[in-house]
Amino acid sequence: MNKRTRQLSSLLVIWGACASLPAWADAIQRGQAIAQQGNGQGAIACLSCHGPQGEGNAAGGFPRLAGLPAGYLSHQLRSYRDGTRQNPMMQPFALALTDEDIQAVSAYYASLEGEDVNLPTSYQAAAPENTAEWLAERGDWENTIPACNQCHGPNGQGVGDTFPPLAGQHASYLAAQLNAWRNGTRSNDPNGLMQGIAERLSEEQIGLITAYYATLPEQLSANAAAGQEETP
Amino acid sequence: MRKLPKSFRLAMGIMLANVTLSASAQDPQTERDYQVPLPPAPSGDAVFQPPLESAIPDNQYGDMVRKGRDLFVDTQQLRGTHVFNEQNCSNCHLDAGRMANSAPMWAAFGMYPAYRGKNDKVNTLAERIQGCFTYSMNGIPPETGSESLVALETYFHWLATGAPVNQAMPGRGYAKLETPQGGYDPERGAQVYAEQCAVCHGSDGAGQKVGDRQVFPPLWGDGAYNWGAGMHRVNTAAAFIKANMPLGKPYSLSDEDAWDVAAFINSHERPQDPRRRGMESLEATDRTFHQHSGYYGDDVGGQRLGDHDNYGANPGSGD
Repeated sequence: MNKRTRQLSSLLVIWGACASLPAWADAIQRGQAIAQQGNGQGAIACLSCHGPQGEGNAAGGFPRLAGLPAGYLSHQLRSYRDGTRQNPMMQPFALALTDEDIQAVSAYYASLEGEDVNLPTSYQAAAPENTAEWLAERGDWENTIPACNQCHGPNGQGVGDTFPPLAGQHASYLAAQLNAWRNGTRSNDPNGLMQGIAERLSEEQIGLITAYYATLPEQLSANAAAGQEETP
Repeated sequence: MRKLPKSFRLAMGIMLANVTLSASAQDPQTERDYQVPLPPAPSGDAVFQPPLESAIPDNQYGDMVRKGRDLFVDTQQLRGTHVFNEQNCSNCHLDAGRMANSAPMWAAFGMYPAYRGKNDKVNTLAERIQGCFTYSMNGIPPETGSESLVALETYFHWLATGAPVNQAMPGRGYAKLETPQGGYDPERGAQVYAEQCAVCHGSDGAGQKVGDRQVFPPLWGDGAYNWGAGMHRVNTAAAFIKANMPLGKPYSLSDEDAWDVAAFINSHERPQDPRRRGMESLEATDRTFHQHSGYYGDDVGGQRLGDHDNYGANPGSGD
């Protein structure tokens, strides 16, 4: 089962609990309408910042939403409402969304193609000289920092609804989140797992690791293409 | 398969008595009794530093070190031949076997050969590793001298560069955690599990996968360590959990919580103890091999744990 079908099936589980398949399709459609036009109740169109395909915007620090798990996205929107994720731009929009709206836009963005689709899951030894790769795959245990991929999955492609994909996410956004955990403006992680890690990361590590994940999908496909050329 | 000598049961009893004695009587001046299992690690800070991986030499020895490191982190490459569950060595020996108080390999290496009560004989390092395959990996051990075993031994040898031989080092094993005064309780542990562990290991204890890759290891069920593994003992799991879990938050649980949650996890079903194959009954297996803090053979929730012939995916040609 690849990542795509897994995400779709987890969506099905979510919607299967309360609704039928057509209702799920309706939710995506409804979510698309909100994403493109706003909900008419104070939440403006998501695409104005997050882009027409939910690709986000690196310069603005707006995250990619396409392909993120619906459960993760709706938790974030609820966190903006309850203040465990403080963000002056997002909070009013999240407060203007109904519970149903939140489910709908989350389902819609989860249904879009993400950057982390079909990344390899097989083990690859990390190169000690590549500091970012080492941190991603082996961690920095002298400073009690587990490898990022120990929770975020192989090549940072995300695990379940709780551990979001990092691969293909904008570096500016990832760095902003690590800083938000450090300064306490984000505290919606389970058991403060991420807060402690963010606090122990150095500025240099934050710069390296966010750039690493932002470019990882293209790096991996470049490596795969190079590998194919070598073996005719 | 072997029948156990009568002396073995006696040895088990003596061993249990001695574990507590040796824990209190152990000091560097005391002559070590080699007929009891390894003494607890001395207290104090673990100061030993294994070499950096950038220092692995570029030659055949180095290639074997890397091969061993890869097997240690990705033991699943032996799935279906020597491994029959979802575990990797590095699940319980964090940072690829480098982490103090997470049973680091640099501290284990110099302690073998050593007597083990578990099989009542002197074990070489190779035999000790084979034991991990039989129980923790619910598997069939690679043969002595096989490349897999040589690779693992070479990796441990390299990690132990500069470490003393036949001398217990601080940080070895899992730091012993005293049993709480009020005992431990799996029902309290269920709450700790739900709050602290389920987010990664799942409320069903099956862990989580991405594609074929197991990211968070199963803690019970067919994918977990079997009823013979050291980790199924409540004291061992409590010590591991206290110093290492939740990942990135070591020593954050109280001693009581660590014991309770270890009891909760280990009061669930898992693949049968492979030694059961050679025993007449569950009672005999329990009596002979399970005189320790574990739930094997116990009634939990109206069900007797270990009362089944489910050996997980292990086809059973291991002995």
